[in-house]
Amino acid sequence: MRKTDTIAAIATGLTDSGIGIVRISGTDAIEVGNRIFKLPSGRRILSRAVSHMLYYGFAVDDGEDLVIDEVMAVVMASPRSFTGENTVEIQCHGGVYVMKKILDTALKCGARLAEPGEFTRRAFLNGRMDLSMAEAVMDVIQSQNKYALVSSVNQLRGALSDKIKSLRSKVLYEIAFIESALDDPEHFDLEDYPEELADKLTVLTDEIGGLIAASWNGRLIKEGIRTVIVGKPNAGKSSLLNCLVGEERAIVTEIAGTTRDVLQESVRLGEIILNVVDTAGIRSTEDTVERIGVEKARKYAGDADLILYVADASVSLDENDREIVSLIKDKNVIVLLNKSDLENRVTAESMEKLFQESGKPLQESGKPLIIKTSARDGEGMRELEESIKNIFFQGNIRSSHEMVITNMRHKEALEEAYQSLMLVKKSIGEGLPEDFYSIDLMNAYSCLGRIIGEEVDDDLVEEIFSKFCMGK
Amino acid sequence: MIKYREKVDVCVIGAGHAGCEAALACARLGLETVIFTISVDSIALMPCNPNIGGTSKGHLVRELDALGGEMGKVIDKTFIQSKMLNVSKGPAVHSLRAQADKAEYSRAMRKVLENQDHLTIKQAEVCEILWEYKSKNDESANDGAIDKGPVSNHLNKNTDEVKKHTVKCKKINGIKTFTGMVYECEAVILCTGTYLGARCLCGEAITQTGPNGLQAASYLTDSLRAMGIELRRFKTGTPARMDGRSIDYSKMEEQPGDENIVPFSFSTRPEEIQKEQVSCWLTYTNERTHEIIRDNLDRSPIYAGIIEGTGPRYCPSIEDKVVKFADKERHQVFLEPEGLHTNEMYVGGMSSSLPEDVQLAMYRTVPGLEHCRIVRNAYAIEYDCIDAGQLDATLEFKDIRGLFSAGQFNGSSGYEEAAGQGLVAGVNAARSVMGKEPLLIDRSEGYIGVLIDDLVTKNNREPYRMMTSRAEYRLLLRQDNADLRLRKKGYEAGLISPEEYDALLEKERLIEEEISRLKNTFVGAGREIQEFLEKHASSRLKTAASLAELMCRPELSYEILGEIDRERRALPPSVLEQVEIEIKYEGYIIRQKRQVEQYKKMERKRIPQNLDYDKVPSLRLEARQNLKLFRPASIGQASRISGVSPADISVLLVYLEHYN
Repeated sequence: MRKTDTIAAIATGLTDSGIGIVRISGTDAIEVGNRIFKLPSGRRILSRAVSHMLYYGFAVDDGEDLVIDEVMAVVMASPRSFTGENTVEIQCHGGVYVMKKILDTALKCGARLAEPGEFTRRAFLNGRMDLSMAEAVMDVIQSQNKYALVSSVNQLRGALSDKIKSLRSKVLYEIAFIESALDDPEHFDLEDYPEELADKLTVLTDEIGGLIAASWNGRLIKEGIRTVIVGKPNAGKSSLLNCLVGEERAIVTEIAGTTRDVLQESVRLGEIILNVVDTAGIRSTEDTVERIGVEKARKYAGDADLILYVADASVSLDENDREIVSLIKDKNVIVLLNKSDLENRVTAESMEKLFQESGKPLQESGKPLIIKTSARDGEGMRELEESIKNIFFQGNIRSSHEMVITNMRHKEALEEAYQSLMLVKKSIGEGLPEDFYSIDLMNAYSCLGRIIGEEVDDDLVEEIFSKFCMGK
Repeated sequence: MIKYREKVDVCVIGAGHAGCEAALACARLGLETVIFTISVDSIALMPCNPNIGGTSKGHLVRELDALGGEMGKVIDKTFIQSKMLNVSKGPAVHSLRAQADKAEYSRAMRKVLENQDHLTIKQAEVCEILWEYKSKNDESANDGAIDKGPVSNHLNKNTDEVKKHTVKCKKINGIKTFTGMVYECEAVILCTGTYLGARCLCGEAITQTGPNGLQAASYLTDSLRAMGIELRRFKTGTPARMDGRSIDYSKMEEQPGDENIVPFSFSTRPEEIQKEQVSCWLTYTNERTHEIIRDNLDRSPIYAGIIEGTGPRYCPSIEDKVVKFADKERHQVFLEPEGLHTNEMYVGGMSSSLPEDVQLAMYRTVPGLEHCRIVRNAYAIEYDCIDAGQLDATLEFKDIRGLFSAGQFNGSSGYEEAAGQGLVAGVNAARSVMGKEPLLIDRSEGYIGVLIDDLVTKNNREPYRMMTSRAEYRLLLRQDNADLRLRKKGYEAGLISPEEYDALLEKERLIEEEISRLKNTFVGAGREIQEFLEKHASSRLKTAASLAELMCRPELSYEILGEIDRERRALPPSVLEQVEIEIKYEGYIIRQKRQVEQYKKMERKRIPQNLDYDKVPSLRLEARQNLKLFRPASIGQASRISGVSPADISVLLVYLEHYN
């Protein structure tokens, strides 16, 4: 075992909860733990503790011997731990203050604060998990809600891996058959084979297509729905945003997007995460009289999964609305008739008419897409959540046992495999000789292999590096 | 006591297809070379099938020729039938095969050897390799060195000795023949074929002989073992030869040669070799044949467990085929002439090690062979060879400087596989003596590269035969473009003359210009063009299109487009072939090149040769052992070693990035 410095972090979430765990890992982990933990009798025994045995006692502040909390401590001696290193875990009461205090003590006793994902990285480097498992763990850490967590965990368990393996072995069978026929034409006959293969390919591309389609849902679950709020000035966009964000205090992250002036705010609406794009824009320019709603629709509507079109029910529809509608009509749109507690100049009917005129009626499969809201008292938020679920998850967020591709890299590999198999079909259609099929079949095979780590993918290694913050 | 010694640069042991190419390469690069053979009359002997080339093997011969080898030129002089195989399939799997006049082939190759400057042919059995330990930094020659070696029993290495190995390596000094003569040299190339410790089996009859009843080489194996080389035993076999007068050809299908004969060598002018050809004949086994085989399996040395060597799966005996394809009602049998001046016919597809009486009974069930008389019995042969994992891609032993090996000794099978390795080993032995960079061919450059890479990285449990399926980039590795791929390497190695190289550059230029012209010549949707398209059942044009775009249509070709292509000038057929393939299959070629790029990326990630795999955390045990054994040069090569999983490669990648 290499000598490593000792790292510590709060292994559970940094929110108040029943139980919190502080994890310490590294060559000196047991020594550090020993300075934090003592038995009720006052004895410090972690340095000679039985591995994997849970001890009851107290976490104490090293120098002052002040009791921080009543805890359970466990030593996991190398290599039988998550990281493969000596590890100590201290289970305390899950208050943020207590956890932080214990962590502080660990840091004072010689541990260093772990970087994000550093435990996982050590686990990987010490052979405790392979790269695709490590990747799934990273997904778990980074998932924002329970659905994302479930699919990441499934991925870890191998539901996805089994599925891909089966697809892959089918592709391999065809490759092997063609190659055998080329090498031993006496014993392997390719008569009628192209037609047969075309049928098999249809089955395969359908299956892969299904996975890709589900992966779209997967992304929405994991990363949230890219949402743009549009509407004329003073329609109530910022009130809506405040309603979504403000009162619930549900801000999950605030991260800079791809361009410097695009800000994205993740807000939770019940079970759904909305990534509201350009909230900064909404806030800063709301008061200035400009055609911000139109601009925004023009700028972001293209990438958005969902557009929330806020209209002030007390102001009549005009040219601006018509222009906004024409820009957003091809997207998933939910119209929010705001200030519905005031005078109603805009009705659901008139709004529908506006969309009708644009050639894209709002009403689809009978689901209400026009919602009356009042940002002030939160009216309509429940309906909004239901409508979003209807649009993106057919009413239900998928049940937990289903397997969903949530990883962008996996999705890209699937798409490439799909394209490659389509190219084989094209070759068959054009009557090319069988040996041409192999190029694209091989590519599909190797793409699928990259997903489950059966094919070396140095992009993955690089990605893991960046996720793990591995410096040279 | 007289101690007279010869002093040369390179000793080549064995004068089969590997040995001939190796010796020629060394001598042509100016090194004093001796080629040893047990019998001068068996130089370039074809002890098995009477043909050169065939599926994927034809590629090897073309590549060998592009690099400056001799096999292609010799077969062009001595073939009696020629055929391009698989022409109904894509250009990647077209393969040239020529029936040889065996005796003429041997004679012609021997003549080339005899007339080669710096090359001496010597009939002698080499019994010992002479060597010493040498410090890696110590380049100065030590005159008394030979007397120190061979040092006995290096197999029992204790820790101290292992340490010594890390600073010192073994170095070749020379060889010693059975008659006691010593040849001092800088490099030795082992091309012992199937002669080492050979044993032939024909049912219960076993002789300690090499192929064709020739003397086996019985002493060298011990000397190799003493150097620490690990040997193993492989097996191969050959069918019977029939008296042609006893065969009834009227019951067989005639297999004539091609009307238009394509030469193997890029230096042979096609018009020089158009000639009368002889036919081969096709017949089939039947249920009765299979019954006889099944009833007598217990008398087959393989199934009776007498043979310990492992045989090739892809060149199976008729016993193997009957067992493996139990549901097949018949198997192909080809009758092939052994030459123009003999009646002997080779019975392709029916190699066997069954006893003579069973052979006769079995062959006589085949239509046309009812009254056959066997001239030479079918037999199996067992021989000593190595796991080529002990070699670098240069075909030099990893820890014995100056010792190279090629051909069946490396665990391959086939004349072409042997010859390809022979040239690479020869060039690299010569270049190492001259202190120059080695000749390396990777998997994306040639079948020879695939062959050598497979031999030195994969755990081959049976004689290795080249196959198209082994080449993952075969659309780029066509037999038609071997010169474009490899001639430059041959020129740089010093085996291709400036004239031959200039001819290549000219060909490249013509191809490039013509492709560019076709891509930039547009035809409009005028009446003439539409009528032309209609005539060839091709859809009408809506807008203008380039001639190259039209050529991509399956129903159109360069030739057909001649009707509307006014500016066309006369170009050699070899240029047109490349133009047509490059344009017609451009999409596939681009995709394949992308795959090659991915492959090269991994090849470029070098692994330091002194990497201590014990320090790499979390490699699985099997991977660690195999990596330590093979010491791969790159991540790419490591990924192809048996027992090394993608997960292990990820670990290695991370380790190299992170800790170096």
